[in-house]
Amino acid sequence: MKPRYTFGGDEHLFVEVDEEMSLDAFFKSLSMTRIIAERAIEGVTEICPANASFQVKFDPDVVAPGALLEEVRSIEAEAGKADPVLQTRLIEIPVFYQDPWTHETLMRFRERHQDPQGTDLEYAARINGYSSVEAFIAAHSGSPWFVSMVGFVAGLPFMYQMVERGRQIQVPKYLRPRTDTPKLTVGYGGCFSCIYSVRGAGGYQMFGITPMPIFDPDQKTNYLEDFMVFFRPGDIVKFRPIDRVEYDRTVEAVAKNAFKPKIREVEFDLRAFNADIKGYNARLEGMINGD
Amino acid sequence: MAIKVLNPGLLTSVQDLGRPGYFHLGIPVSGAMDRYAMRAANLLVGNEESAAGLEAVFVGPQLAFAEDAMIAVTGADMPVKIDGEIQPGWTALPVKAGQVLSFDFLTAGARIYIAVAGGIDVPVALGSRSTYPIGALGGFKGRAIARDDELPVGRPSGRAISGRGVPDDLRRENPVPVELRILPGLYDHRVTKASLDRFFDEEWKVAPEADRMGYRFRGGTPLEFNEREQPFGAGSDPSNIVDSCYPYGSVQVPGGTEPIILHRDAVSGGGYFMIGTVISADMDLIGQLQPNTPARFRRVTMEQALEARHARAAMLDRLRKALQ
Repeated sequence: MKPRYTFGGDEHLFVEVDEEMSLDAFFKSLSMTRIIAERAIEGVTEICPANASFQVKFDPDVVAPGALLEEVRSIEAEAGKADPVLQTRLIEIPVFYQDPWTHETLMRFRERHQDPQGTDLEYAARINGYSSVEAFIAAHSGSPWFVSMVGFVAGLPFMYQMVERGRQIQVPKYLRPRTDTPKLTVGYGGCFSCIYSVRGAGGYQMFGITPMPIFDPDQKTNYLEDFMVFFRPGDIVKFRPIDRVEYDRTVEAVAKNAFKPKIREVEFDLRAFNADIKGYNARLEGMINGD
Repeated sequence: MAIKVLNPGLLTSVQDLGRPGYFHLGIPVSGAMDRYAMRAANLLVGNEESAAGLEAVFVGPQLAFAEDAMIAVTGADMPVKIDGEIQPGWTALPVKAGQVLSFDFLTAGARIYIAVAGGIDVPVALGSRSTYPIGALGGFKGRAIARDDELPVGRPSGRAISGRGVPDDLRRENPVPVELRILPGLYDHRVTKASLDRFFDEEWKVAPEADRMGYRFRGGTPLEFNEREQPFGAGSDPSNIVDSCYPYGSVQVPGGTEPIILHRDAVSGGGYFMIGTVISADMDLIGQLQPNTPARFRRVTMEQALEARHARAAMLDRLRKALQ
C-alpha cells in the first residue's frame, strides 16, 4: 500500500491510498484525513474521504500547492501508526428484496443490461455462484457492511462487504446507465452495495428497496432533524429482509414520523475483525438483535 | 416585493456563488456556472456578489415585476427587453411596477444571469440559496422555476446606479474555438503517453449532453489504456477505478471515448478514471458553451494554472473598481 499523490487542478490535492479496495486502505485513508483535520491547515477548505482515497480542497491563494503536498505527505508515517479503531454506529436497515418498484424499473431498462432475459438478482446470483436468488439474498443480508464512502449524490452510502475477499459479491454495473432508479433502491456495482438516497440516474444493479429515508432536505424526519444526511463513513450496516406487509407498515410509520432506525453504538477494531471475521460478525449480529 | 414568473424559459434556476463544504456527503458545490457573470450582475444592481439571482440557459424567462426594481442581465448575448423594448446587457436597468422583462433569441454563449437589487430571497439551505434539483435542496422549493411562481426579492441596498454598465473589456469573452486549460494528473497514468498527447492535439466538439452536472465532448480519438490487471473493487472496464472523489472540474473519460468535464451540480464521486482537471480560471467559460462549439484542451503546469488564476482575480478586481 503506497499512497500516490496528485493534484486535481489548482484547488484539489488527491491522494490514492491504494489502487485496490480493502478495509486496511480505508482505515489508512481515515487516519490521514483525521490528522489533516486536526492540524487545521490554513487554506484547507474541505476534506473528502472516499473508499481507498481522499481529496483535500484548498485555496492556493492561502496555501501553496507544493507546501500542502509536503505537509500531507509528512502525515503518512504518523497515520500508519494509528490504531485502526473506530467508535461508530451499527445500524439495521430493513430491505424488501425483489420488490415491485425496482422490478418495474429494471424491466423498463432491460436492453441496457448484461442479461436481458433475467432480473438483476438472478444475474448477480448466477455470476457469483449462488444456486438461487434466495441463497444470494441470504448472503447479501447475512453479513454486515462497512460504509466506506458517502457521496455520488446527496447522502448515498457506498458499503463494503465485511467478509473474506474470496466470498465478496462482485457484479458489473449496467452496460449503459439507467435514466431512472427508484428512491431508496438497494443497489450493487463492483464490490460495493449502495442505497440510492434520491430518485435519479444510476448504473448499479437493483436488488430491493428500503422503506427507511436516508436523506431529508426538509429535516422533518425525526432522526434527520439535526442533519439531513443519515450516513457517515465508518457506519456499519446490517440488512434485514422484510416482506411486503412489513414494508407497507414501515412506510406508514415513516409517514407518521414514528419510525426510528435500530442503532447501536459500537467500537470497531480492524485487527480483531481481521483475526476472526466470522466470530466478529456474529458478535455484531448479537448486538443488533439484543436489546 | 415579488417577481411573477409568466414563462420560465427552458431551464431557469435560482443560483448564487455556491454551496461549498458538503461535497464529502455528496452534495455538490452548485451555484452559477459562470460565476464571473453572476458577480457582475450583482455588482451592477448594488448587491453583495454572493446574492442569489437567476441563471437561464438558451432561452430567457418572462418575468413580471409587482414593484419598481433595478435589474441587470449578464453572461450570454441574449437581447434584453422591458415591455418589449430592447435594453442593453451588462447594464443596471430600472424596471417599473407592472413591467415585464423578456428576452430575444440567444446569439452567443449559453447562460444569462439576472440579478435584481435585493437578490432573490429564497431560504438559505446549507449556507446557500443555489438550487440542487436532484436533492430538492435550496433554490425556489428545491427546483427550477415554473410558470406562476412568485419569487421573493430582498431589500435593495440603494447603491445601484441606473444606466451604469460594465466596460466592454470586462465583459464575457467569446472565443471560438474555445481553449480550456487542463492540469494533467489524477489517473492519467492509465492511458498511453501517445494517446494523451493526441487528446491535447485534437479538436473536440461540445456534445448535446452538456448541462450543469457536466459537459461532454466528442470528435476526438478514443484513448488507449496501459495494460493492467484491474485492482479489486474497481470493476472490469479499463476506464474503471475504485470509486473515488471527483474533483470539481475533473475530466473523466468513461470507456476512454468521450471526455466529460464535471461542473457545479456534478456527482461527488464514482468509478471512472480522470485524466486531469480544468484549471479554476477556465471553469466559467464552460457554462457559456453551446453544443457543437469546437474546443481544444491545452495542457498546463501548476505554475501556469496559478498565473491564470491570478490573472482572473485581477480581472475581477478591475470589475469591482469599475463598479464601485
